Amino acid sequence: MTIRLRAPRRLAAVATASVLALGLAACGGTTKNDSDSGDAKAAGGNATANPNAPLKKGLKLAFLPKQVNNPYETIVDNAGIEAAKEFEAQAKEVGPSDASASSQVSYINTLIQQRHDAILIAANDANAVCGPLKQAMSKNIKIVAYDSDTNPDCRDVFINQASSEEIGRSEVKVLAEQLGHKGEIAILSATANATNQNTWIKFMKDELAKPEYSKMKLVKVAYGDDDDQKSFQQTQGLLQAYPNLKGIISPTTVGIAAAARYISGSKYKGKVALTGLGTPDQMRKFVKDGTVKEFELWDPKNLGYLAAYAAAALSSGQITGAQGEKFTAGKLGERTIGAGGEVILGPPTVFDAKNIDQYHF
Amino acid sequence: MSRLGGLLRWETAVTALLIVVFAGGAGFSPDFASNDNLSFALDDLSEIALIALPMTLLVVCGQVDLSVASILGLCSALTGRMWDAGMAIETIIPVVLAVGVVCGLVNGLLVTRLGLPSLAVTIGTMTLYRGLAYVTLGTGAISDFPFSYTDLATSSIPGTPIPYPVALFAVLAIATGVVLHATGIGRSLFAIGAQEDAAYFAGIRVKRIKLILFVVSGLVAGFAGIVYTLRYGSARADNGLGLELTVIAAVLLGGVDFDGGKGTLGGVIAAVLLIGLLRNLLMLNDVSTEVQSIVTGLLLIISVLTPRLIAVARETRGRRAGARSAASAAVP
Repeated sequence: MTIRLRAPRRLAAVATASVLALGLAACGGTTKNDSDSGDAKAAGGNATANPNAPLKKGLKLAFLPKQVNNPYETIVDNAGIEAAKEFEAQAKEVGPSDASASSQVSYINTLIQQRHDAILIAANDANAVCGPLKQAMSKNIKIVAYDSDTNPDCRDVFINQASSEEIGRSEVKVLAEQLGHKGEIAILSATANATNQNTWIKFMKDELAKPEYSKMKLVKVAYGDDDDQKSFQQTQGLLQAYPNLKGIISPTTVGIAAAARYISGSKYKGKVALTGLGTPDQMRKFVKDGTVKEFELWDPKNLGYLAAYAAAALSSGQITGAQGEKFTAGKLGERTIGAGGEVILGPPTVFDAKNIDQYHF
Repeated sequence: MSRLGGLLRWETAVTALLIVVFAGGAGFSPDFASNDNLSFALDDLSEIALIALPMTLLVVCGQVDLSVASILGLCSALTGRMWDAGMAIETIIPVVLAVGVVCGLVNGLLVTRLGLPSLAVTIGTMTLYRGLAYVTLGTGAISDFPFSYTDLATSSIPGTPIPYPVALFAVLAIATGVVLHATGIGRSLFAIGAQEDAAYFAGIRVKRIKLILFVVSGLVAGFAGIVYTLRYGSARADNGLGLELTVIAAVLLGGVDFDGGKGTLGGVIAAVLLIGLLRNLLMLNDVSTEVQSIVTGLLLIISVLTPRLIAVARETRGRRAGARSAASAAVP
C-alpha cells in the first residue's frame, strides 16, 4: 500500500524533472530582442546569372501545393506539369491532404532526399516551411514559391498571381466600361482590415481620381466580412440606401457570389452592374442569367506555367532570383524579376459569357 | 493475471514488421536508410512519440485522453504569444509546462471527482483547449524564435541520425517502461485497467493514480507543444490538429487493449516507429496521401482484429479438446 501511494508521485516526479531539466538546460534569458534568429540567406548569394544559358533537359521539378485535391491548386499544378514537358523536364505534384501549417514539412524533406532540381511551393505557413527549404537551398535545390509566398529568405523567387495595382485599376476599368463612365458605385469588400482588399481598394480610389471617371462617384465601401449571409445583407442594404446606385465592385470571391445571388433574385437584376474577383464555378450561373457581365481573376493555368519556367530558369543558371534579371517563360514571353524576388503573372483574366465554360475551378 | 495472457505476443509481430519495413525500405530506395532521411523521419515523430508514453499508461489503465493535441496547440499558441510579448524563452517554458499541467488536472478532476467517462470529458476539453488556443493567438503565426532553440529541436546528436527531441524521448521511454513493467504502480495500472472495482477493493488508490496520469499527460502534451513550436519555428493555434488520433492509433497498433489491462510499452514504441518509417517510405516512393492513410487505417484494423481472432480460435480449439474451461483463455 505504501509503495503504491508513493509510486505515482515518483512517476510524476521523474517525468517533471526530466522535462524541466531539458527546458532549463540553457539558461540565460533569450528573448525576442536578442538578434539570434538566424536570418542569413541560405545559399546562392554569390552565384552569377547567365541569361544566355540554355534550359537544361531532364530537370526534376516537384509541385508542393497547400493541399492536394484542391481544385484550384490542381489546375495550377497540372498546368505547370504540362509546361515542364515543353522543356523536357519531369514534374510531379505531391502534397498533404490537409492544409495545416506544418504538413508540408515532411514532403520537403522527402523531396530533398529524392534530389529534385527545384521545389515549387504554395506555402501554408510562411515560416513553418522555412527550415527545410533553407536546407534544400543549401543542397542547391531551387525554390519557387507561387500562389502563397514563404518568408523571402527561404525561396529564390515568388510568382505573384497579380499585382495589387493591376487588380485595383482593372476592376474600375471593367465597371466603367459597363456603365459608360458615369453613375454612383459602391464597393463590397471582405473585412475592414483585410490586407489584400484594402490595397486593391486604395488603387481603385486612385484610378477613380483620374479625369475620365469624373462622372463616377464612389458612395460607400461596405464590408461583408467574407461571410456569405453578411455579404448578402450588405448588398441589400447598399441598394436600398442608394437608389441611384449603378454598379458594385466586390474584390472578394465570397462577396461577389453573395451579391450576385441577391441581385439575380431582385428587381435590380440587369439594372445594377456587378464585377469583382470571383471563380468561374461560383459565377457561371450568374453570368449565364445575365446578372454579371464580366468579372476577373488571374488564370491559374498561367500561374503554374510561369512557375515551372521560373524553376527551370533558376536550375539552368539563367537567373539567380536577383531583381532585374530576365528570363523567357515559353508562350508567356519575357519576364523580369521585380523587387523582393517577385515575378508578376500579369493582368488578371476577364471572364464573360463567351469564355467562362473553358474554366472549371 | 498474466500480462502476456497466453496470446501470441502482438508486439513481437509489430517489431518484426518494423524490421521488414526497414530492411525492405533500405533495399528499395537507397535514400531511405541515409542518416539525413532517418533523422528527418525520426524528428517528424517527436511529438507523437512523446505523447504516446503517457497515453500508453492511460489506455492500459482503461482511460483515454483525446485533448492532448489541443493542449499541444494551446501551449504552442501561448509560447508564441509570450515570446511576442518579449518574455525570455527560459521563463516561457516553465509557464507553458504549468499550463499543460493545469489542462491535465482539469481532465483528471472531471474524470475522477465527477466520475465522468474520460472519452466524453476529453472530447469536450479537446474542443475547449483548441478554442482557448485560438483566443490566445487568433489565426496568425509567431515565428521569430531564437535559432539556438529551433536548431536544438531539429538537429541530431553529431554522427547519429538521432535528433535531440528523440534522444529525450528515449530517456523518458526508459523511465516510463520501468514504471509500467517493473514497479508496483505499473502493476496497479494493469489491475485498474483489467477490473477497476477489484483493484479498488484490493486497496489501490484508483482515483489518485488516474488523476496523476492525466496530469502527466497534460504536462507531456504541453512539452510537446514547445517542441513542435521550435521544430517548425512557428507558433499557431492550429498546430498539431488531429495528432491525438495518430497517437492513439500507435498505442492500439502497439498491442495495448483499448479496454485496458493489457499491453507493453515496447509494442507502442515499435508501432510509433512503424507508422513513421512506413509513412516516410511511402512518401519517398511517391505514394499519394490517400493511399498512405489507407495503409495506416488497414494496419490499425488488423491490429485490433488479429488478437481477437487468435483468442476466438484458441477458445474454439480449447472447447473441442474439452480439456479446460475456456473462460480462463478468453478475452474479457
